Parts: sequence; C-alpha cells; structure tokens
Amino acid sequence: MTVLDFARGPGLQWSLVIFVIGVLWRLVGIFFLKHTRDLNEPRNGGVAPWLGGLKVVFTRMWPRKEFRARTAYSETLSYIFHFGLAIVVFFGAFHITFIKSLFGVSWGNLPNSVIYFTAVITLATMVALLIRRLTHPVLKVLSNFDDYFSWAVVAAPLVTGLMATAHLGGPYETLLGVHILSFEVLLVWFPFGKLMHAFLVAPSRAAAGYVFTRKGAST
Amino acid sequence: MAKSETVGEHLRRHGISRRAFLKFCAVTASAMALPPGAGKAIAETLAKQQRPNVIWLSFQECTGCTESLTRSYAPTIEKLIFDVISLDYHETLMAASGEAAEAAREAIIKDYPGKYVVMIDGSVPVEGGYATIGGKSMLDICKHTVANAAAVVCVGTCSSFGGIPYANPNPTGAKSISMLMDEGLVPRKPLINVSGCPPIPVVITGVVVHYLSYGVPELDHVGRPKAFFGQTIHDRCYRRPFYDQGKFAKTFDDEGARNGWCLFELGCKGPTTYNSCATTKWNDGTSFPIESGHGCLGCSEPNFWDKGSFYAPLATSESGGVYGLGAAAAAGVAVGVGAAIVSRNHQKKLQEGK
Repeated sequence: MTVLDFARGPGLQWSLVIFVIGVLWRLVGIFFLKHTRDLNEPRNGGVAPWLGGLKVVFTRMWPRKEFRARTAYSETLSYIFHFGLAIVVFFGAFHITFIKSLFGVSWGNLPNSVIYFTAVITLATMVALLIRRLTHPVLKVLSNFDDYFSWAVVAAPLVTGLMATAHLGGPYETLLGVHILSFEVLLVWFPFGKLMHAFLVAPSRAAAGYVFTRKGAST
Repeated sequence: MAKSETVGEHLRRHGISRRAFLKFCAVTASAMALPPGAGKAIAETLAKQQRPNVIWLSFQECTGCTESLTRSYAPTIEKLIFDVISLDYHETLMAASGEAAEAAREAIIKDYPGKYVVMIDGSVPVEGGYATIGGKSMLDICKHTVANAAAVVCVGTCSSFGGIPYANPNPTGAKSISMLMDEGLVPRKPLINVSGCPPIPVVITGVVVHYLSYGVPELDHVGRPKAFFGQTIHDRCYRRPFYDQGKFAKTFDDEGARNGWCLFELGCKGPTTYNSCATTKWNDGTSFPIESGHGCLGCSEPNFWDKGSFYAPLATSESGGVYGLGAAAAAGVAVGVGAAIVSRNHQKKLQEGK
C-alpha cells in the first residue's frame, strides 16, 4: 500500500470518523452542561436577550474603535488568513472534486493560478502571525503547545499542497499522499485543540451577548 | 546465418543501407534523450557487435506486447530491431512448433551460456498446474532459461509488475519476474522493466539498443529506464496548461471535453504515471490516449488494475465516502452526553459543597 493509497483509503476514513466523534463530543458536552439560572429581572427591557446574543456574534467580528489602532495589524492578517484559507479550501478545483466524492455536492472552481497565489499569501500571513506570537511580550507568554501545534497542522496542508501542485520534492503521488495525510492530521487534531473555535466561536459569542444584553451592558 | 556475424555484416547482407541504420540509431538516441552524437556512437558500437541471441518467453499474457511491437506504424524500426538481434525463440513469431521450438531454446541456452538475453512478457503463476508449455511449468521454464542469461528484459506490465494476472484475487498466484528474483525462485540477473499495457514499440527497441550499446540503462526505483520513464504523462501532456488554468472536462461530451480541457476530473492517471506516451506517442507519432479524448489508465504503474476506478479522479476518496460517519456521529453524541452527565454531577457536588 502506497502513501497515497493509505491517505485516500483507511487514513481518510478514520480521520473523518475521529473528526465527527470529536466535534460532536465537544459540542454536545458543552451544550448539555448545567447552566445556572439567572433569577434577576432583565435590566434592559428594550432588546430581547437572544437578539442581543445574535447581534454580538456579528458585532465582535470588527474591532471596537478604542482598540483598533492596537489590533489593526493582527486583525488584518487574521482576516487575510481566514479568507485566503476559505478560498483555497472551497474553491480549488481538486478540493471541490474531493468534496464531491465525499458528499456528492460541487460548485464552480477558481483558476488554479488564483488558488496558488492565494495559498502563498495565506501562508505568508500565517508566518507573519507566528512571528508576532513568538516576539510579542504578552502573547508569547500566553501561548502554549496548542497554539503552535494548531498553527503547524494548518500550515502543513498549505505547504504540502503547494509542493504537490508544483511537483517539488518528490513524485506527485507521494506529495499528493502526504498532502492528504497532512489534512487528515488536521482533522484528527481539530476537535481537541484550539481549531475547535471554528465551531465554538459563534455559540460562545452568542452566550456572552445574551448575558450582557440581559444585564443591560453595552455590546 | 552464421552466429559469429556482426550486426553490420548482417545488415549489409540484407541490403539495409548505412543511412537507414544511422537513422534508426539517431531516432533511438533521440527518444532516449541521449546527447548529440550518441546516435553515431550507437551505430558504431552496434555495427561491431555480434547479434545477441534473444529468447522471448511468453507467460500469462495477452500477446498485446508482441502486437505492439510488430504492428507498429514504424516498421523500419521494428524490422531493424529484428535484424539487430537474433530472435531465436518467440512462440508467436517463430515458424517452428512443438519439440523443434523447445529444442531451439535449449540449443541457445546450451551454446551461448551467459551471452543471450531473455525478454519476457507475461507474469508467472507459482500456484501449481495453471500453465505449462511442453509439459513444463512456466516457473520451471523461467528458472531454467534465466539461469544462464546475460540479462532479462521484462516487456509489459505483467512481467514487470504482475499486471492483470496479478490483480486481486490473483487466483493463479501470478508474480512478476522481479518478485520471483526477490524470493529466490528465479536466479537474479540484470533486469530491465519496460512496463506498459502494452509498452510503446520505440521504448522496447530503444531499451534493447541501449543495452547492446551501453549496457543496462539508468533505472528508476522500480527498474524502468529513466530515459523513457523519468517523467509523468502529466508533466509532458499537451493539456497541462488547462490543468494549470483549472479548466477541466466534467463529462466525456461536455464543452470542456470538446475544447480539449484537462481530463483530471474524469479519472486521468497522468499525474501518477511514468511513461513516454505524451512524447513518443503511438502509431508513428500519431497520438496517445489523452489526445484521443480518454484519460490515462496508468497502465505502466505497478498494481494499476487494483487502484480503484479508471474514472475516479486522483483527488478523491477511496474510503467509501461518508458511509460509517452516521455511526461516528451517533458515537460522538453519546460520548458528549456522557461527558455532560459527568460534568453535571461534578457541578452538583460542587454546589452542594461536597
């Protein structure tokens, strides 16, 4: 069995199984935690707390004016990185083919040259963010293994994908196999590390927004 | 014909001009990407060589490899190769049959030990009784013939890697020649794999000429000459620009297919297949499968028959899709509920101050 055979076969099957089990375990485990009832009357009668929670999901996507100057660098890079990653993952022709083979749905792809360019930009922003994490006096103290490993498992598919498309560093089938394997490592790590924020960011903001709105705090 | 006759003498006796011979050598050198002047060097070396005796053994095969060689649109090249070598035993091509044919093979083995070349098409069944010739098993014939050979050239994917007979479930226990050598069932000799189902005629002749001129050519990790198998079909495909642009045919009759776009999404195995179809092409350079509108099957690669559908793109799952994920989802929910119950009990104990 070659690397590609393993990656496309049992490797993919098991990594998907671990991903699904892990994500649902985390989500269900959190959603079914016991929540302490707030017995106080809602302070602000104007907006329903659930609506305030929904609002916060979106308003927190943009930095508040007070912090904008301080966070502009990392926010900008983060936006470029997230949009770049989404474009590469969801609009690359081979990724759409891959998704179609799994779920039976497909959509139009962007030219490969656009995908390559976007992947390079995305990788560059990741490197810049890593340098910031390593050099920022506060951030480097706050960072732990999870931060660096999560960075690595996201960067690896980008690097191996670029290598596979450029046929750099080995036979194409091996590079493609390594690329798929690197994606599988990401899938396995995803539920158990900080990458889980992709699923948790909206509910956690909504929960905070709900509480703040009920208390009458500005959101 | 006298066995001591050189290639040059033999060609002259058959009225083949030096110009035609030089042209053949130049074409061969060019096909193998040898440096300028190699054609002349090949011609000089070959002309002085004695015609090597060749025994062509056919085992579990379809004769497609022989058909490829003999039905080529470039008969001068193939005619020359039959003049350059002394093909003494080939069941499909030889006039003799029965005991006379077997006697011819035995005579070569006895008279030219360590000097003859064995070319093999077809895999060898190691399970008993599946194939015999003249009452002898293919494995015994292979072992006996290879024992005194100077070198072995495997022609086609079956002898090189097992091919279709080797495909799952492999009822005959078919093995390639390299597998037999690795397992000690056949004596180890210099081995060249010229894979393909069938191989390209000019590749077969080119490899033989290179062996006669310079010895065993530089081989890749599965024993194929790098000159012909050094690059993928994809690397040299004329549709490659469409791949780079992200333009793919989605069906065999859509606009993309009519415009000649890349066949990757229709299952083309060009990116993982090492062969020279895209450069030497077939039928006197007329075309190759991708040029005819069909993706590459990857026939020159080991286990190509067992690598899933010919029409499944390389960038797709072989894991059976999302089947089994429903059970995984149920398991994930169950584990999550269990984790929540444990947490709730813990919360309750904390609140009760226990």
